[in-house]
Amino acid sequence: MHKIFHFLSALLLVCVTLNSGPAWALTPEQALAIANGDSDSRIQALTKAVTQADAKTAAFLQALADDAVKVGDGKAFIVRDGKASDPVTGAELALPDGAEDVVNNNRMRGEIESALAALKLLSPEIQVRRQAIKALQGEADLNKLPLLDKALAAETDATLKTQLGLVRASMILGSDDRVQRLEAARQLATSRNPGTKTVLLDRLKLEEDPQVKSALQAALSSVESSLVWGDRLGAIFSGISLGSILLLVALGLAITYGLMGVINMAHGELMMIGAYATFVVQGVFRTFFPGAFDWYLLAALPVAFLSAALVGAALERSVIRFLYGRPLETLLATWGISLVLQQAVRSSFGAQNVGVENPSWMSGGVQLMDNLQLPWNRVIIVAFAMAVLAGMAFLISRTRLGLFVRGVTQNRPIAACMGVNTARVDTYAFALGSGIAGLAGCALSQIGNVGPDLGQAYIVDAFMVVVVGGVGQLAGTVYAALGLGVLNKFLEGWTGAVLAKISVLVLIIIFIQKRPQGIFAMKGRSAEA
Amino acid sequence: MQDPVLQLPKPQALLTRSGWAVFLLALVVVCAIAPFLNLMVPAGSFFHLSDYMVALLGKIMCYAICALAMDLIWGYTGILSLGHGLFFALGGYMMGMYLMRQIGRDGNYKSDLPDFMVFLDWKELPWHWALSDSFVATLALVVLVPGLLAFVFGYFAFRSRIKGVYFSIITQAMTFAAMLLFFRNETGFGGNNGFTDFKRILGMPLATPSMRMVLFILTGLTLLGFFLLARYLVSSKFGRVLQAIRDAEGRVMFSGYNPIGYKLSIWVISAMMCGVAGALYVPQVGIINPSEMSPAQSIEMAIWAAVGGRGTLIGPIIGAFVVNGAKSWLTVSAPEFWLYFLGALFIAVTLFLPAGIVGVLRDPGSLLRTLRDFRKGR
Repeated sequence: MHKIFHFLSALLLVCVTLNSGPAWALTPEQALAIANGDSDSRIQALTKAVTQADAKTAAFLQALADDAVKVGDGKAFIVRDGKASDPVTGAELALPDGAEDVVNNNRMRGEIESALAALKLLSPEIQVRRQAIKALQGEADLNKLPLLDKALAAETDATLKTQLGLVRASMILGSDDRVQRLEAARQLATSRNPGTKTVLLDRLKLEEDPQVKSALQAALSSVESSLVWGDRLGAIFSGISLGSILLLVALGLAITYGLMGVINMAHGELMMIGAYATFVVQGVFRTFFPGAFDWYLLAALPVAFLSAALVGAALERSVIRFLYGRPLETLLATWGISLVLQQAVRSSFGAQNVGVENPSWMSGGVQLMDNLQLPWNRVIIVAFAMAVLAGMAFLISRTRLGLFVRGVTQNRPIAACMGVNTARVDTYAFALGSGIAGLAGCALSQIGNVGPDLGQAYIVDAFMVVVVGGVGQLAGTVYAALGLGVLNKFLEGWTGAVLAKISVLVLIIIFIQKRPQGIFAMKGRSAEA
Repeated sequence: MQDPVLQLPKPQALLTRSGWAVFLLALVVVCAIAPFLNLMVPAGSFFHLSDYMVALLGKIMCYAICALAMDLIWGYTGILSLGHGLFFALGGYMMGMYLMRQIGRDGNYKSDLPDFMVFLDWKELPWHWALSDSFVATLALVVLVPGLLAFVFGYFAFRSRIKGVYFSIITQAMTFAAMLLFFRNETGFGGNNGFTDFKRILGMPLATPSMRMVLFILTGLTLLGFFLLARYLVSSKFGRVLQAIRDAEGRVMFSGYNPIGYKLSIWVISAMMCGVAGALYVPQVGIINPSEMSPAQSIEMAIWAAVGGRGTLIGPIIGAFVVNGAKSWLTVSAPEFWLYFLGALFIAVTLFLPAGIVGVLRDPGSLLRTLRDFRKGR
């Protein structure tokens, strides 16, 4: 009997909303009762109004939420842009003297917002309905049940219908009827929403019926196990994302340090140059091509690469070529270079961080699961790191320049005997490594601050990656970067960011004791060099 | 016929006659002339040594101890450490906590605990500061904590034959990790503010001219003492093995020596010297915070030794004075040029002055020869 009544009233209300027009569900008395009085009576009136709501109710509630309602002369008014109007008829009225603002406390505000969300369930636009369902997830107020039933009956989209069913189930969880509760608990077991977990946990504290309790337990563990995967994948993804940043940072070093044996402490500053190049390109686009601003990043990539590569080539010609074979001296000299570059940037761009904006196509993300969203900028950086890696692997293993670089690093005198201009190859290789650092800087400008000490933050990490991976090994660098990234993120889950970082450093120190040559040790004579 | 006997060279005197003369002169300057110029000569006089200069010279002498320690491990043994900033800071923190305890209830919060602990809502002193009330224990910790850390780290690193750049990089990682740890508020090291606002030492007020002078003299004596110790070490057989390790570790091993013990000993001694320097530095400068552990700080120590001349003992001391003198002058008169200068110094020393200032003083022609080689492109 009860159910039939529900169904009928729902059907009736659907008809009312579908051809809403002459039938005014909101009465002036209701409007006043919602706007005036103490919170309890207002909420009561609100709940009642929602069960028989129409477009006018929605507009009135919206006005309440926007603090655009006044009360005077025993009547509620919507006041927008200085004009008062009747909430029921919509007719313009003169505001009586002494009309007072309606003040909503937080509790009232929350009620109004969830009522609004419930009303939006009936919106003809699927997008609005989807958002409304999202807002209502985890809601446990039984009073919204009639409205929800109404929406459920009207819903045509299958996915939204299931979601609505879950929202309804979490409401029924608070019902007095144990059969209904049992049913709701079973239904909720299929949910994959983090909000459901809280609802279940809350109910579990109150529940006394043993059968419902066990159903709740079962539902909870099923929800948790489906959430666990989202969490795990999320941690793995942020690990991979961090790993690909480390990879970008370390790839350039894998050439300059790994292949050429130059301890380039200025590597971080070359990244900084790439980041500042991006900043400059952004400024140029903003002034000269504001229409194409979204695509400035594409133009920034070659600029970042070339500016860092040019600086790198200049460094190699002027300082580093005199220091080959003396790694400790290169360490000190390049440290000096890094200080000079930092100060040069500070003098020309100022000591403050500069702002580099994300282009609009990099904001937002892909929603893979209810509790797993991959931000676009991270996804793009992962893809970018892979692309740079592929490009570099191709360059080193398949091109003539790559052949020369490998030849010169493996046996300089013999390569020279074969007619390779070793000095020039050194310059090219160093410029290549520096250019990749510039690309890394361009990528970093999209996810972090761009300032004169950008490089300092990454230099220790970059060396760790190369050392753990094994000097002179591209594959080792990749494994080390991704491994360290994922390890770091998993430890962060337990210990927090700083302690995770410290433990990773300690683990690396211990690891190097065990395998001083890294994951992939060089074999043969070059191992002792 | 006489048996051919392999003879070691005769043990050298610790210092030459003129060396001793210079040493005694330095002793007199530190213990008598500087105090006299600071305390007795009136402030307006040309010869007056200002309090600012006393503090500055005291600070630089602490740095000179670090440079000396750096030279023992880098210049004489060929191991470039980028972790000496950590040992320096550890010694400083030990002394700093003693000074914090000496404040007693005179802090802003009138509590038995140091101000930063009250601020962070600590209820009692964490276990690792249990000994910080006693001056004697603090003196022991100043040496033992850096020494122990160096021993453990060095034992494993040298045993796995980590050398060269690898060693430098993992010492840098160690220092970096420690810096992150000390920056945390919950580890009980005062977070990024570190320890400051010191008031007394051994119950006596810290900010008096005579106390400043006592600390100055102590620092000078420590520096001179360490100089003699280093001189003794490098001219002994032990020191000769160290230099052999620097030049050809493989041959040292083939000759039947196990380098680990030698390297470990000098590494620990060097770390302890840095700890002492840190402990002398903190009461004179009045603050210790984790930025002393930043990688930049440790690399700067290397440049002090390199500027003065690696592999000599007087060189690092000269280098520390030259670089830090230039630093305190430039950061006041032209702050934007300081990093250019320091950076250029790093580059110039490695390219043109491999033997440092002392090398040029000994053989002025060497600079010209290096420059000529450089122009030819080597």
